[in-house]
Amino acid sequence: MPARPALWSVLTDPLVRQNPVTLQILGICSALAVTTSLATALTMSAALTAVVVMGAGMISLIRNHIPNSIRLIIQIVIIASLVIVIDQLLQAFLPEISRKLSVFVSLITTNCLVLGRSESFARLNPPIPAMIDGLGNGLGYSLVLIVIGAVRELFGEGALLGYQVLPLVDQGGWFTPLNLMLMAPSAFFLLGGLVWALRSVLPEQVEPPEHSAPAIAEDRA
Amino acid sequence: MNDLAALFLRAAFVENMPLTFFLGLCTFIALSRRPSSAVGLGVAMMAVLGVTVPLNHLIYTALLAPGAWGWAGMPALDLSYLSLIAFIGVIAAVVQLLEMVLDRFFPAIYTAFGVFLPLLTVQCAILGGSLFMVERHYDLAQSAVFGLGAGAGFAVAVIMLGAIRARLAYADLPGGLRGLGITFVIAGMMSLGFSAFAQMVAS
Repeated sequence: MPARPALWSVLTDPLVRQNPVTLQILGICSALAVTTSLATALTMSAALTAVVVMGAGMISLIRNHIPNSIRLIIQIVIIASLVIVIDQLLQAFLPEISRKLSVFVSLITTNCLVLGRSESFARLNPPIPAMIDGLGNGLGYSLVLIVIGAVRELFGEGALLGYQVLPLVDQGGWFTPLNLMLMAPSAFFLLGGLVWALRSVLPEQVEPPEHSAPAIAEDRA
Repeated sequence: MNDLAALFLRAAFVENMPLTFFLGLCTFIALSRRPSSAVGLGVAMMAVLGVTVPLNHLIYTALLAPGAWGWAGMPALDLSYLSLIAFIGVIAAVVQLLEMVLDRFFPAIYTAFGVFLPLLTVQCAILGGSLFMVERHYDLAQSAVFGLGAGAGFAVAVIMLGAIRARLAYADLPGGLRGLGITFVIAGMMSLGFSAFAQMVAS
């Protein structure tokens, strides 16, 4: 199977090396808002991955019939329909989490990640690679969400998925919850730190400096 | 009147779209590299939000809200699940219209906006404004003020971030933090500052 290595790298590249959130700046909007607890982060990841995979498959199926001038509108309509289906499913089967996510499920429609992948990959490739690319990007996005969601819930409430991991002070334990972790700023700090850590491991992602110090003349004599 | 002014301030500062709701972050981060592009983006956001939120309010109450078709003998009809597609369509149309009007009558402004206008169709903050309007049951005047306020808040935040980043271009940062990383940290600090406005409303 000669095509296998290519497909495999299409799937695994976006996980860390080409991660959509930390490198391509796609889909950050929802990545931060829904990560106050691990459960909402997991739901959001699953919803987004489903939308990306199905949307990529559909757009790629009709890619030869979409006129170039109105392709954005067609892509958005396909994505919006998928999001409505997911939203209704969540409201029916997970009403609690759906309430917590409030408008953010609907906002998957305008998530740049979904549109960005369909625009740059799905509309140029056959369905199978397009769906695998969607899956890879969805999983890469999920990875970031799950890491941030787990850190915020663990240190903000001492819990993971609702189970108390670190015993709280007011229940006789030793852990004082950090309220800052549940507030908006910490999400920015955590994501900034994550980007820093990732780029320290993978130095080829470091952005070139915009200005460098002027060279100092060696001989001052 | 007083309520509307309070709503404007609330939408602009307390519920700042990028810094407290994380809406529109993609463009917020991507286009704040220079203060000049940040100003263009801010003004475009105000215009589009100020127009689309009241317009979507009209469409929602007239066509989509539960019971909106009562006059036609179908009081049980609830089309609110279609609101997402309707809103996106309205936003895309308004952005397209705005682009054509500007191109025809104000070419100078049009060239200043450049690529930002079409990008706004897929801006989460703009769709988010309309969705919040429905969730909180604003009336027409309130939704217009909410849209303008949210746009103004976005403009303030993005211009501030653009100015800070222009300064930071000269700083000697650790390699991994350069660019995206430090931008998140700055945004986090700005978000800390903006959370002080929440106390203002509470008192």
